[in-house]
Amino acid sequence: MLQRISTYLYLRPQLVLGLLLGPPLLYMLVVYLGSLFNLLVYSFYYLEEFTGLIVREFTLRTYAQIFEPANRDIFLRTAGMATAVTIVDALIAFPLAYYIAKFASARLKTWLIIAVTIPLWSSYLVRVYAWKLILAQEGILSWFINLLRLDGVLNWLLSIEAIGGSSLALSPIGLFIVFAYIWLPYMIIPIQTALERVPGSLVEAASDLGAKPLQTFRTVILPLAFPGVVAGSIFTFSLTLGDFIVPLSLGNSKFFIGQAVYSYQGTAGNIPLAAAMTMGPVLIMIVYLLIARRLGAFDAL
Amino acid sequence: MPSKSSSGPKASLGLKLAALGGLLFLHVPIWIIFLYTLTPDETTFTFPLPGFTLKWFGVAMQRADLWRALTLSLQVAAVATVAALILGTLAAAAVYRSRFFGREAISFLLVLPIALPGIVSGIALRTAIGGFDIPFSFWTIVIGHATFCVVVVYNNVLARFRRMQGSQIEASMDLGANAFQTFRYVVFPNVATALLAGGMLAFALSFDEVIVTTFTAGQQTTLPIWIFSQLTRPRDRPVTNVVAMFVMLITFIPIFLAQRLSAQSSDTEGETK
Repeated sequence: MLQRISTYLYLRPQLVLGLLLGPPLLYMLVVYLGSLFNLLVYSFYYLEEFTGLIVREFTLRTYAQIFEPANRDIFLRTAGMATAVTIVDALIAFPLAYYIAKFASARLKTWLIIAVTIPLWSSYLVRVYAWKLILAQEGILSWFINLLRLDGVLNWLLSIEAIGGSSLALSPIGLFIVFAYIWLPYMIIPIQTALERVPGSLVEAASDLGAKPLQTFRTVILPLAFPGVVAGSIFTFSLTLGDFIVPLSLGNSKFFIGQAVYSYQGTAGNIPLAAAMTMGPVLIMIVYLLIARRLGAFDAL
Repeated sequence: MPSKSSSGPKASLGLKLAALGGLLFLHVPIWIIFLYTLTPDETTFTFPLPGFTLKWFGVAMQRADLWRALTLSLQVAAVATVAALILGTLAAAAVYRSRFFGREAISFLLVLPIALPGIVSGIALRTAIGGFDIPFSFWTIVIGHATFCVVVVYNNVLARFRRMQGSQIEASMDLGANAFQTFRYVVFPNVATALLAGGMLAFALSFDEVIVTTFTAGQQTTLPIWIFSQLTRPRDRPVTNVVAMFVMLITFIPIFLAQRLSAQSSDTEGETK
């Protein structure tokens, strides 16, 4: 019996392909893409203010609401934060990735890769929670800053209108530190992968031809590792754009996109506006992915 | 992996310090949670700790709400992982063995749930589920989790397939094994560790997920949702510390094992998410 089924299938590769591809494709297309499409449709509906009901007819007025000053500020604030986090993460990640890829011994390398991978996969919430402890007013960071007698500097930073706040945990600075911390592993690993692919012979050739180490780094290694940086930035940027856990847990009352979507959807019941606002990050990510693909970043993913 | 640059230049002190700094930044915050599980302080996060106590471990053990949340999380993760294993392996097999129209798009489609911000998937699923008047339940959580777990299994298994010798399958068939025997004795042993690694990562991913879950769970409380409620409105600080440490350790194990499994077969596919 099995033999006959086996022969039957062997002679019909198209059928086998259909059987293999059918379930996952159906699931992803129907459940996932279907939901996304449904969300897109909702973004063209609008919420009738007086009745609080969603009116199911095509309109662009929900999108117009996005450009109201309050919502525009939310977009700019979130994009600014995502940019800052991406840049700083690239700066922190590069030396570590470079060391792992090019200098660590085989044994040390295995351990370092595990040390970087564990935070990547381990509990995101717990890692946010850690900063709740650290940034608390009576917590370890304040203690440390007081120990170094730098509290004057901290208070000065917190008094700056744009980035300050009543305390570290409630200020954009605190939020920024947490975002940078949470997404850092997503930057390290693509850079490390890209650096692994830089052939040692190229580096040797550069130095044989008289390039100083710094020159080799700047003209050979850095350009070749750049797709890795772009690949990492896809994650840091996208994740910061959509996150609402960090700003809800720390931060002040100034909204970020994720938070705004969360509250429009939840308490306000304004699904069309929430849907329209998520289309912002989706659009940004699609453009970003297209640019990244041109830069060859997908090979480093 | 390329050979070690043993003959190459040594790392400068500055680079070593920068690398060490990055590593410490990644890990010290986690140690601080472990430290705080010992604090007797119930209402603040005072540092230095005013003393040491082990009593919170006992208190956490007694909490029925925690046990319920943990059980739910484990059940969801188990079912989502099984679904991801089946769907991910099927997709990987299809992409590996055939050329077909839209093959490139499959990877893109599967990676979408983790490339797009979680809030997009979450609200999309919630709106769809709500639109069909499906009650929010255990199964709606699982459906959400399975979407982003599939890609992890898919990546691991596909990478293994690509490394496998196609000639082994041909040899098996030439020697008279049918498709099922070939799968059982040739293909499966080859991909078993990739399945295990992918499965464990999918489990860790699901066990910890909170963003999509907040949208697809009704009144259900998974462990991450419990922690999230404590993050926004801290009521049981010492117990939360213990739970945080527990979650860290419980996810640590599958990640560590998956990493070792991948390293053994010189795969690095577990690394890029």
